[in-house]
Amino acid sequence: MSLQVTKKGDVVVIEVDGQLIVGNRQELKQKVLDEAEGGARKVLIDFAKAGYIDSSGLGVLVSLAKRMRELGGDLRLANLNDDLQTLFELTKLDSLFQISDTRERALESF
Amino acid sequence: MASNAALDIRIPSDVQEIEGIVAQVVGRCRECSFDGRQLSLNVPVALTEALSNAILRGNGDNSSKHVRIRADVSELRIVMEVEDEGDGFDLDACTTDPSTPENLEREDGRGLFLMRSLMDRVERFRGDGNIVRLTLHRR
Repeated sequence: MSLQVTKKGDVVVIEVDGQLIVGNRQELKQKVLDEAEGGARKVLIDFAKAGYIDSSGLGVLVSLAKRMRELGGDLRLANLNDDLQTLFELTKLDSLFQISDTRERALESF
Repeated sequence: MASNAALDIRIPSDVQEIEGIVAQVVGRCRECSFDGRQLSLNVPVALTEALSNAILRGNGDNSSKHVRIRADVSELRIVMEVEDEGDGFDLDACTTDPSTPENLEREDGRGLFLMRSLMDRVERFRGDGNIVRLTLHRR
């Protein structure tokens, strides 16, 4: 997995490329926490290039969303493919996150 | 297990090993013309969960221990067995519903639920070690 970080206005966009699983979830967690420590309060995770996610990856997203809310910020998601959408629906995490079809719509939603 | 495309691999108990093993098993399923969704979702996620449980819980994240993976793939179905050196667990008692209000915001507790949601059958029993067997019929 690799992560590409860009900024669009006051939103930090983190693009996940590859699988988000138990062996690499800490990389995403640390990246978001570093951005939050640097003052970021709006974070968008873009899954356009992502592969599959396991329960550890889902857990990290839940943990980061809680942390951003505690800081008065928000973490949102974009570009879930059909497989990822299924995982979020199975676990009902689609009710916990604001999820957009495209990065543009997600950015407009903040 | 009788096999059309069998795998039998023993790996060090290290989560960094997971992705490579999953890729090998998915490759065998692709050779047996499994459905695209089964290749991109059911098999990789369920097997990742089983391996992760074996490494982190069964073997207690002890890299001196090992995990054995057997996969028997045919044009009818795949049967995967993940064996660790732990004492085993009660599959039903340990499976929680992650969608309830008290569980929804938990960081953990979704692995067994996903395994059972994505496979046709999940069993746990003792062999030489603790074994989780996952079965999925080809669509």
